[in-house]
Amino acid sequence: MDNIDWAEIGQATLDTLSMLGGSMILTVILGLPLGVILFLTGPGQMLRNRLANGVLSLVINILRSVPFVILLIVMIPLTVALVGTSLGVAGAIPPLVVGAAPFFARLVETALREVDKGVIEASFAMGAKRRQVVLGALLPEAMPGLIAAATVTAIALVSYTAMAGVVGAGGLGDLAIRFGYQRFQTDVMVVTVVLLLVLVQALQMVGDAVVRKVSHR
Amino acid sequence: MITFEDVSKTYGGQASGRAALAGVSLSVAPGEVFGVIGASGAGKSTLIRLINGLETPSSGKVIVDGDDVAALGVEGLRSLRRRVGMIFQHFNLLSSKTVAGNVAFPLKLAGRPDAEVRARTAELLARVGLSDFAGKYPAQLSGGQKQRVGVARALATGPKVLLCDEATSALDPETTEQILELVSGLNRELGLTIVLITHEMDVVRRVCDRVAVLEAGRVVETGPVEQVFLHPASATARRFVMEVEGPLGGVPGEAGASVDGRLVRLTFRGEATYRPILGAVARETGVDYSILGGRIHRLRETPYGQLTLSLTGGDVEAAIARFQADGVRVDLVGGAGR
Ligand SMILES: Nc1ncnc2c1ncn2[C@@H]1O[C@H](COP(=O)(O)OP(=O)(O)O)[C@@H](O)[C@H]1O
Ligand SMILES: [Mg+2]
Repeated sequence: MDNIDWAEIGQATLDTLSMLGGSMILTVILGLPLGVILFLTGPGQMLRNRLANGVLSLVINILRSVPFVILLIVMIPLTVALVGTSLGVAGAIPPLVVGAAPFFARLVETALREVDKGVIEASFAMGAKRRQVVLGALLPEAMPGLIAAATVTAIALVSYTAMAGVVGAGGLGDLAIRFGYQRFQTDVMVVTVVLLLVLVQALQMVGDAVVRKVSHR
Repeated sequence: MITFEDVSKTYGGQASGRAALAGVSLSVAPGEVFGVIGASGAGKSTLIRLINGLETPSSGKVIVDGDDVAALGVEGLRSLRRRVGMIFQHFNLLSSKTVAGNVAFPLKLAGRPDAEVRARTAELLARVGLSDFAGKYPAQLSGGQKQRVGVARALATGPKVLLCDEATSALDPETTEQILELVSGLNRELGLTIVLITHEMDVVRRVCDRVAVLEAGRVVETGPVEQVFLHPASATARRFVMEVEGPLGGVPGEAGASVDGRLVRLTFRGEATYRPILGAVARETGVDYSILGGRIHRLRETPYGQLTLSLTGGDVEAAIARFQADGVRVDLVGGAGR
């Protein structure tokens, strides 16, 4: 284990965590409303609108069909325009969000579809406005599904951050490639992979625990 | 309180010939328990959902508490919905909220102050006997308890009308009894107007004042429950009555076609049900009788009996006159002239 520079690994771990945290927050801020709109404009829903739903769905599918590595490269000009650089943690966040938000939006839509229609109808029958139905009934009822969706998205983002390392984002993935792969330092490779595994495992456990906490079914 | 004027409803995907409701006219008086009975797909839910504007009629008018439902704006409709409570077959409680949270929900939607919400929620939970369950979640309750939460929630905004869409259809007989008792009590004590939808005649018999029989989107019969129950005019109503009474319940055309004598159906109501009329009439007129079928039960608080008899020998006409003199309704159902 003589190749291992623990200070560097510590820094890389912090970089990965801040990429993950930053992109996850923005993914939820962007993806949640998108998913809600996607659901509400769907057939038979309260804001049903074929055109809006079709366009939104198409855009989401296009973004989801672009391989993340390609997205990283294609987005460089936009990233520079947005955050001033395409390197480091800041440079990684825009492509991570653009990659993950459509994925999360789709999962949100699926979670909302699981909500019992009768509950929505009962809320209207009690005199709720649409906004009250969405905020007071639809989202709370879907909460376990939404947390599960966020967990899956966060874990997908972990592997995206590793890939972002390829274009100079830093973090554990970057370390694994530069030292583990290009300089044949297998021990560095193993340590970074183990750290990523621990991160994924921790996210899954926390996610599952929160789902259990908010689920009263 | 509620009036349907020639109301039709055809859903988007439905062929125009197959309307969910076609030309329905009826009216429900204030303080009345009004039943709507029909088979699955007859249009019952559509009918009840027109009352609180969850559906809009394709033609005709629905007037509730003085308002034409279709003409109400968003705010008007919300105000109407606070005056019209609703309970459902599958309860439709919010699984993410506690029992108290569910009951408080309509009050919060209406923007009532917190102190009032708390006090009213406690009062409503006491009314339905669930004060000890305030902090539990719906998943921890039995079906009957869930429906009691549904009732408390429907009452939260102090409605004048309670709509019940198959509210007991998912419950066992004993729990059904409890919920019907609770609903009847609301009618008696609060003067609530109740529209109750069901596919079970037994539910109608227990709690309703009047009933409309729905068949394929049309009202085929409507009247006081005792009339529809004892003298069903439509084939649909007869079928529903038979479901609870069995085929020999004195329903015309059922009892032994091959029996000798004059077939009559006697209907006793109230006190007459318990008087020994049969024996007295037989002794006085020399008529012999054999009982082909019968039923004795209660419609709400009124006992009734119905017997199908074959009368032979003696003075049959005198016997019939004698029954009628005693306040017993006599219907001739067959075997005439023998
Ligand atoms: N939202 C809907 N869209 C299309 N058809 C519907 C809808 N709701 C009900 N229907 C149809 O209308 C008819 C009456 O339905 P409903 O009122 O639910 O009957 P019931 O409650 O008596 O079972 C049925 O044929 C049903 O398939
Ligand atoms: Mg129904």
